[in-house]
Amino acid sequence: MAKITLSNLRHSYYPNPTEPSDYALKEIDLDWNDGGAYALLGPSGCGKSTLLNIISGLLVPSEGRILFDDKDVTALPPDQRNIAQVFQFPVIYDTMTVYDNLAFPLRNRGRDETTVKTRVTAIAEMLELTDMLDTKAAGLSPDNKQKISMGRGLVREDVNVVMFDEPLTVIDPHLKWKLRSKLKELHQRIKATMIYVTHDQTEALTFADQVVVMQDGEVVQIGTPVELFERPAHTFVGHFIGSPGMNVLPCDLRDGQAYFCEHQVALEGAVVGTPNGKTEIGVRPEFVTLATSGLPATVSKVSDIGRHTVVECDADGSKISAIVDGAGPERGAAVFLQFQQNQTRLYVDGWIATQAEEAQS
Amino acid sequence: MKTVNQKAWFFVLPVLVLVAFNALIPMMTVVNYSVQETFGNNIFLWEGLTWFQQLLTEERFYKALGRQFMFTGLILVIEVPLGIAIALSMPRQGIWVPVCLVLMALPMLIPWNVVGAMWNIFTLPDIGLLGYFLNNVLGINYDMTQDPIAAWVTIITMDVWHWTSLVVLLAYAGLVSIPDAYYQAAKIDGASNWSVFRFIQLPKMKPVLTIAILLRFMDSFNIYTEPFVLTGGGPGNSTTLLSIDLVKRALGQFDLGPAAAMSLIYFAITLLVSWLFYTLMTKDDLN
Amino acid sequence: MQKRSIVPIIYILFLLLPIYWLVAMSFKTTNEILGGFSLFPQTFTLENYKVIFTDPTWYWGYINSISYVTLNTVISITVALPAAYAFSRYRFLGDKQLFFWLLTNRMAPAAVFALPFFQLYSAVGLFDTYLAVALAHCLFNIPLSVWILEGFMAGVPKELDETAYVDGYSFPRFFATIFIPSIKAGVGVAAFFCFMFSWVELLLAKTLTAVAAKPIAAIMTKTASSAGYELGLLAAAGTLTIIPGAIVIYFVRNYIAKGFAMGRV
Repeated sequence: MAKITLSNLRHSYYPNPTEPSDYALKEIDLDWNDGGAYALLGPSGCGKSTLLNIISGLLVPSEGRILFDDKDVTALPPDQRNIAQVFQFPVIYDTMTVYDNLAFPLRNRGRDETTVKTRVTAIAEMLELTDMLDTKAAGLSPDNKQKISMGRGLVREDVNVVMFDEPLTVIDPHLKWKLRSKLKELHQRIKATMIYVTHDQTEALTFADQVVVMQDGEVVQIGTPVELFERPAHTFVGHFIGSPGMNVLPCDLRDGQAYFCEHQVALEGAVVGTPNGKTEIGVRPEFVTLATSGLPATVSKVSDIGRHTVVECDADGSKISAIVDGAGPERGAAVFLQFQQNQTRLYVDGWIATQAEEAQS
Repeated sequence: MKTVNQKAWFFVLPVLVLVAFNALIPMMTVVNYSVQETFGNNIFLWEGLTWFQQLLTEERFYKALGRQFMFTGLILVIEVPLGIAIALSMPRQGIWVPVCLVLMALPMLIPWNVVGAMWNIFTLPDIGLLGYFLNNVLGINYDMTQDPIAAWVTIITMDVWHWTSLVVLLAYAGLVSIPDAYYQAAKIDGASNWSVFRFIQLPKMKPVLTIAILLRFMDSFNIYTEPFVLTGGGPGNSTTLLSIDLVKRALGQFDLGPAAAMSLIYFAITLLVSWLFYTLMTKDDLN
Repeated sequence: MQKRSIVPIIYILFLLLPIYWLVAMSFKTTNEILGGFSLFPQTFTLENYKVIFTDPTWYWGYINSISYVTLNTVISITVALPAAYAFSRYRFLGDKQLFFWLLTNRMAPAAVFALPFFQLYSAVGLFDTYLAVALAHCLFNIPLSVWILEGFMAGVPKELDETAYVDGYSFPRFFATIFIPSIKAGVGVAAFFCFMFSWVELLLAKTLTAVAAKPIAAIMTKTASSAGYELGLLAAAGTLTIIPGAIVIYFVRNYIAKGFAMGRV
């Protein structure tokens, strides 16, 4: 087990990258702490699989270094890095029994049969595969096959990191939840560093202690699920996490005050620096309330999501969602919107530009 | 999955009619001949199972059958591993893939008697490229019209030349369908190249290899035109395969009865061995 | 990677050598051929090709071969399409047995059938016609086409059919305008194999023809034996028989490997 450091990492699939857009990964500096449960979250094509393959050694980065416990492994092939990876589709050796599948990585490394037996039995126990050890792996259901893939990663006592590349894609919805909690439980028992790649926010937020959000080959925010939800560092994070995502409204900035459609919006705190660029206001629907005064808007859509109601309003061409308790107003009704001040932030060119002021809350 | 629909028979009917017309009527004719004696002029005498008895006690038949099995066995032993090896060393992508495939498929598209004629020209001792090379450059005395071993080596080489590509194409199709994740997982698991072949590539190629072996068995067991054009069954009877012997009897000696009986035995052996191959190769999948 | 590619290169060279020799010989004069060994044509001549393109018995051989091969391909694919659809979509009484029986016809030695075929097609008055050869070749080409097409069709989700019916398509219209285009790769592969096996087969084609429909390859055999050892002419005719196959394979080059893999076993 090890701490993993990515230092000045860049990767391009082109031989001679010149433009920033040639890079699948742009400048990444990251530390993954030993024993942590991480999620790598982002939409398809954001570079998360590239990053994963660089950590596992299947790809050699164009620039930068990878350190496992301060040892440079950039040039090492996957089998010498002591890592494990679980792929999107279960990879099993069809002709072998479940036992032989689990024993395969150990036997390849020349472990003696008694060690193999102890490890395999222990891992099978943990994954609830014990009854199937003697059956051929080929005929099993996708979730059991995926468990075998995981088992092959976990069976080695010396793995530095276990990586999961959207491992639940082919699993039935009702089993997804089961496997996810199994993973969480395994993490607590084995204490190995785990990196879970997904584009599904629920999977990421339930599995990980720390979530790394990526977009267009860049890391936009690293934080606990709560941090990502409450204080998105980038409008993308606000959009991507939460349902519905954060409201992002174009605004003008005059004398440190933000104006949306000539209506002044109170921000959580002072604006940092002197912003020039595209300015936007970000506020999550959870912190927008319907009131008797405030920003005038028209209700365009009301949807009941159980205990709450999502009210979609139109204010001068911009769409603003609000989550309210109980039944909402009628469609077409004129309403006034209030934003909770300590949750209303200014974003400049996508990045957060206000400072929270504790005193105000 | 599939719905039960007896009307589907209407879709199959044209196929059934055409194939039955070509398969059943000639088969009836063969059965008819196999139990009768004919002297031409449509005079037939009932012979019962005489021809079968005669054939099955005859040395000539067993020798031809033995040669047929030897031929098929040899070409399978050479073509299957060779085809797999070539498929494994082919590039997986890039502009060379279609070039390779087209060039490799070329021999399969040449009419069978042209294949025989081509190899005849190629191996002529004095003016053939191979024959000249062996005799005059390497100094090996090679003349397949005189030497049975040379004749055998030539028909085997010709078949390897003609049909190995079929195994290559099939094995290659099996190989490219393996997702990258398998190779990546094997790398991470520390598998050796041999393990990758043994536990990933070979199992994934198995269905296509089953087809390859079956097709190569059937076609080589029934081979006629190419060796006939090349060696005419000689020297002596050394390359007289079962099919060549059959045509000699039927058209050369006009022994229709024995030839028909032989056809039926021949067909039965092909069916039986194909079925055995198929059962053996798919046995594991059933349980 | 680079070291490995030596294997296919050597193999392809091995494949091309006899073909080279055939082509080289077709450009040699008879005198040069019989005069002794030469690696390249010393006196390059097109005489052999001129003979083929001016003598009707020769060039009609090509027309005959191409005619019955095309006819066979059209018949085989036309009847195999609905049958493959039935096998891939429905279960019906005896379906598995029928499928297996179809495949067994691929195993029948052509030598077994030569004489009965002659009698059968003579009896129905089709002897020495394109149709006779085209129909006879259906014996092995239809099972193969059904097999290949069934594999491709099984890969098309059933939802496609259902969506089309919901959208109000009639079955024939759905089949012709939606389904067949979605498996056109499979149709191409099946047609390629029909063409190939019909083009290369000679025993039946020779048995079922006399003059009017005689295939080119059979004319070659006759010439070789009757006109003595005209090797140059034989080589030129042989070279010309490779060309149609090479053209056809060029068009389906991206599908060949796949087509083989699709059949169900």
